[in-house]
Amino acid sequence: MELECKHVWNYISEFLDDSLSEETRAMVQRHLDHCEICSAILDSTRNILVLTADDRVFELPVGYSERLHARLDAELRTEQSGESHGPETKSEIKD
Amino acid sequence: MTDAAHKDREQALIAAIVAGETQLYHDLIRPHEKVVYMVVLSYVKNSADAEDIAQEAFLQGFRSLASFRGEAKFSSWVITIALNLARRKLRKAATFREVSIDDPGEDDNPPVAPAMLRDWREIPSEAVERNEVRALLREAIAKLPEIYRTVFVLREMEQSSGEETAAALGITHALVKVRLHRARMMLQKELAPTLRAATAPPKRRWLPWN
Repeated sequence: MELECKHVWNYISEFLDDSLSEETRAMVQRHLDHCEICSAILDSTRNILVLTADDRVFELPVGYSERLHARLDAELRTEQSGESHGPETKSEIKD
Repeated sequence: MTDAAHKDREQALIAAIVAGETQLYHDLIRPHEKVVYMVVLSYVKNSADAEDIAQEAFLQGFRSLASFRGEAKFSSWVITIALNLARRKLRKAATFREVSIDDPGEDDNPPVAPAMLRDWREIPSEAVERNEVRALLREAIAKLPEIYRTVFVLREMEQSSGEETAAALGITHALVKVRLHRARMMLQKELAPTLRAATAPPKRRWLPWN
């Protein structure tokens, strides 16, 4: 069976993820072998995915991690002081 | 580390934290700091809000860690907390249009027609070093409708598996695949022409010979 371009487009994602059945993959591959447009669509999609996955596209705000852990430390301190009132009570609340 | 070994280590950490070694929570969350921020940013589109919500999600995660059931991965669980906080924040914002986030109808839309280019020349990854190219990529991702953007961020940018993404978003694996495909095609349509133009070699200028 020959695939039309618009059907090939539906398979592009699964083709890239290598999750098509062997039969379908072979059909798509046959189409790609002679269709410049679909080959360019596949290549450009693959290329764009590589670019968007690049860590440099979205960077974390400077100091994000430090602020997160500082806030967590503050939370852990209040948690501790709220939970136990000294070493003797701590050993009492075993479970 | 294999997935199973990773999960075992995570379970052991969680058990220790719940048992009182609360400082270990720092170690538990370290590998997930970025993904939580990214997913929230994909919703709120403002880095200060995204940071606040990410912090809040990790704190809530800590407070309710005892209720965490090991069926899900910790990252999926904390992402779900973060997304709920982000949605709540957006509902409060006056500008938020209360549609589309979970509109199941969106997935019955006709297929996205890609941009047709006969002569695609690979754009080298060094291009990302250019501010202009980074801005194009960010804008295109920001323009995706929410339901596609969140799936795209998790699957493509954070390399979560289909199952993890489905668990974090509370949708089926099949729907993750459909949405990821649409997101990719939308980005191809949007970005292929603009990226090509932005990275084309400069046109030769005619020298004034006379």
